[in-house]
Amino acid sequence: MAIGLHDSSIKNPVIRWVDQRLPVFTMMQKEYGTFPTPRNFNYFWNFGALAMVTLMIMIATGIFLAMNYTPHTTYAFDSVERIMRDVNYGWLIRYVHMNGASMFFIVVYIHIWRGLYYGSYKAPRELLWILGVVIFLLMMATAFMGYVLPWGQMSFWGATVITNLFSAFPIVGEHIVTWLWGGFSVDNPTLNRFFSLHYLLPFVIAGVVFLHVAALHITGSNNPLGIDPKGPQDTLPFHPYYTAKDSVGLIVYFIVFASLVFFAPNYLGHPDNYIPANPLVTPAHIVPEWYFLPFYAILRAVPDKLGGVLLMFGSIAVLFILPWLDTSPVRSMRFRPIAKWTLFLWLIAFFVLMWAGGKPAEEPYVTISRIATAYYFAYFLVILPLLGRLERPLSLPESIALPVLRGGGPMPAGAVAKPMEKA
Amino acid sequence: MAETMVPAGAPHGAAHGPTPDGGTRRDFLVLTTGAFAAVGVGAVVWPFISSMNPARDVLALASTEVDLTPIAVGQAVTVVWRGKPVFVRHRTAEEIQVARATPLSELKDPQPDQARVQKDQWLVVLGVCTHLGCVPLGQKPTDAKGNYNGWFCPCHGSHYDTSGRIRQGPAPLNLAVPAYSFMSDTQIRIG
Amino acid sequence: MRDLKRGFRNLVGAMALGAAALGMATPAQAAGEAIAIPNANFSFAGFFGTYDRGSAQRGLQVYKEVCSACHAMHLLSYRNLLEIGLSEDQVRALAASFTVTDGPNDLGEMFERPARLSDRFRRPFPNELAARAANNGAYPVDLSVITKARADGANYVRALLTGYVEPPEGFVVAEGMNYNAYFPGHQIAMPAVLNPDQVEYADGTAATVDQMARDVATFLAWAAEPEAEQRKAMGVRIILFLIVLGGLTYAVKRKIWADVAH
Repeated sequence: MAIGLHDSSIKNPVIRWVDQRLPVFTMMQKEYGTFPTPRNFNYFWNFGALAMVTLMIMIATGIFLAMNYTPHTTYAFDSVERIMRDVNYGWLIRYVHMNGASMFFIVVYIHIWRGLYYGSYKAPRELLWILGVVIFLLMMATAFMGYVLPWGQMSFWGATVITNLFSAFPIVGEHIVTWLWGGFSVDNPTLNRFFSLHYLLPFVIAGVVFLHVAALHITGSNNPLGIDPKGPQDTLPFHPYYTAKDSVGLIVYFIVFASLVFFAPNYLGHPDNYIPANPLVTPAHIVPEWYFLPFYAILRAVPDKLGGVLLMFGSIAVLFILPWLDTSPVRSMRFRPIAKWTLFLWLIAFFVLMWAGGKPAEEPYVTISRIATAYYFAYFLVILPLLGRLERPLSLPESIALPVLRGGGPMPAGAVAKPMEKA
Repeated sequence: MAETMVPAGAPHGAAHGPTPDGGTRRDFLVLTTGAFAAVGVGAVVWPFISSMNPARDVLALASTEVDLTPIAVGQAVTVVWRGKPVFVRHRTAEEIQVARATPLSELKDPQPDQARVQKDQWLVVLGVCTHLGCVPLGQKPTDAKGNYNGWFCPCHGSHYDTSGRIRQGPAPLNLAVPAYSFMSDTQIRIG
Repeated sequence: MRDLKRGFRNLVGAMALGAAALGMATPAQAAGEAIAIPNANFSFAGFFGTYDRGSAQRGLQVYKEVCSACHAMHLLSYRNLLEIGLSEDQVRALAASFTVTDGPNDLGEMFERPARLSDRFRRPFPNELAARAANNGAYPVDLSVITKARADGANYVRALLTGYVEPPEGFVVAEGMNYNAYFPGHQIAMPAVLNPDQVEYADGTAATVDQMARDVATFLAWAAEPEAEQRKAMGVRIILFLIVLGGLTYAVKRKIWADVAH
């Protein structure tokens, strides 16, 4: 081996020549080939890969849509309809992009749920989790700005309402809103900058995803038992085991995705967004896209303007400190008999908020939203910190391989709630 | 289920290497699946490529209709077809006669005038110089028409005659005749 | 295997719960005062539905002779009509019966000429203000995507056009408004425009109000989603392909995992 060249184990001479100088193939082999992965993943562990694929689909379809879209208040609506009618396969590309946003959120919500249930946010994966929350925030910003681009009624009024959130801040609020708009109302400058940022942010997301994956490959994956692999008997190489398993999930995912795109492309959308934006008439009942509904419900649950805005942002912000709020050393909810049910209750509160967010801001929905909001926060701020001390977890298995190799028999005794060695 | 007890973890025989019965069957399965997936990926790529081809509204403008009534003898009009100028010239009898009388041997790109028109008095050519794509002069009465009373390209000095044929200068070919048809005596459709 | 099944069960359960929440949330978005829209059982409803060409052509006639006096369809071009089964000559003749403004010509002036295939549908009014001025302040909406812009669009359009009935006792209809059973709020500026035999169908179909409403709803549904037939056909093929590919992939996965205890 020449000095300064990477010691490549690749046989093919051409690839080897490249690999010696830029060891991307060695890296791929290490990170996606032989990468030791816990052997006991269930199908919840598909959703990281699904999110990655969805991001790529969104970027690809988005680039081709941008080739035909005109970011101007006069032309935006018609240019989108021109894509639907005149551009070859334009309808397909647009419907994939439009429903892709919904699919992305479905996938990411399940991915987050997986993390909550199996304690993937706990040490040593705190930063991994925080990067994930950053991705989620960026996704929300991107989705919001993308929804403005067709310049329909919901686009316009959604943009107006959401940007007005910032007016809740005292003194600087109005200035921030004017700055966001680039004018005195949502208008052409707003549309232009939203288009620019909507094109930019997905690449920022891709960058943070890279960091997210890099951090994952330092700590290794969590698993349904939440205990650390103790040796090679507890892991499998990522390829072919998990490439095969992810592929199965991917095809199932595509079937769901395709059903939406081809047979109910507007089901998750709102008819009002096919009415061109009219700055003088607000639709009778304006609602955000479904994936924002839980947060919208939290916003409306508070009678105070600033309070509502702070609480809404707080509902995401609380996720950043979650690794330190949950005081239990046990990761997987399988071994936390009480916390498990409080988490299921949290999930129900989340869905209740989603449902209430789509209802008009009147009774009984406001009260229901308030109760669900209270529980949403109580789970993170009260229940998790206390339960870590009060709850007596079930005994943890000795290792990942043992119970399965014994044919799933009873757990070995003596492993009573032993804190994880790395935690 | 657990009888094999392979040392799990390392890339062991379960993943690679033929097992007594399963090896070829798995290879076949993997190949078939891979082929299917490749077809799928190929099919996904096509709509993206296709979307960059001219859209249907662009293709709809690919034909232009021209009303010939207002063009007097000796006059010419320029119409836009596919974003490019098309010269429609109502030729005088003298211009036709000159074009017909020119022997083919004098031409750089030999083509009889009869092959370039559908009706003698109407010459329809693409107004794009065959040298490097400039628009030749000669449409307006005040324009320089070149040495052959047709068109003159100011970019590099190509001269075209009353049949739009190249007679002098660097251009290699005659002005192109687009596909067109007479819808009536006074109306043509280009494209 | 036990863990696997359990994980899968959790997953399916969570997704079902989410779907249920979504399902409840979606119709709620269209809330307000809920008015039940009767289902007209259109030929194009459902997974395999296609547009009834005859009905769409009759609907075009209704639009042309009745609606187009006030309602524009500015996203459509005459060439689009080839898709509902009209011949090129028919569409050409239809387009030529309208005059559009073109220009400027060599003198810098706009001029009028008969419409061509590539022209957009002629608008009845030059702009929204003109439309309002001519209609008592009400704006006759553009109908290009109307069935996408209303919940249950095609059924709604048909219901609306047949929904002009006597107001219930005590219901006060404002000056210049009309009572409609299916319009949100029940007061609509548009009068009942369809009367029996308002148009004369070339194919001999009896022009009842319901027939005309159905036909024009079909035409508008096609106008809003001209890609629907191609979309559904492609969807069927793609999903069948994915099912086969999914089966193969699952078989590969089973094979690969066959020797691993899990």
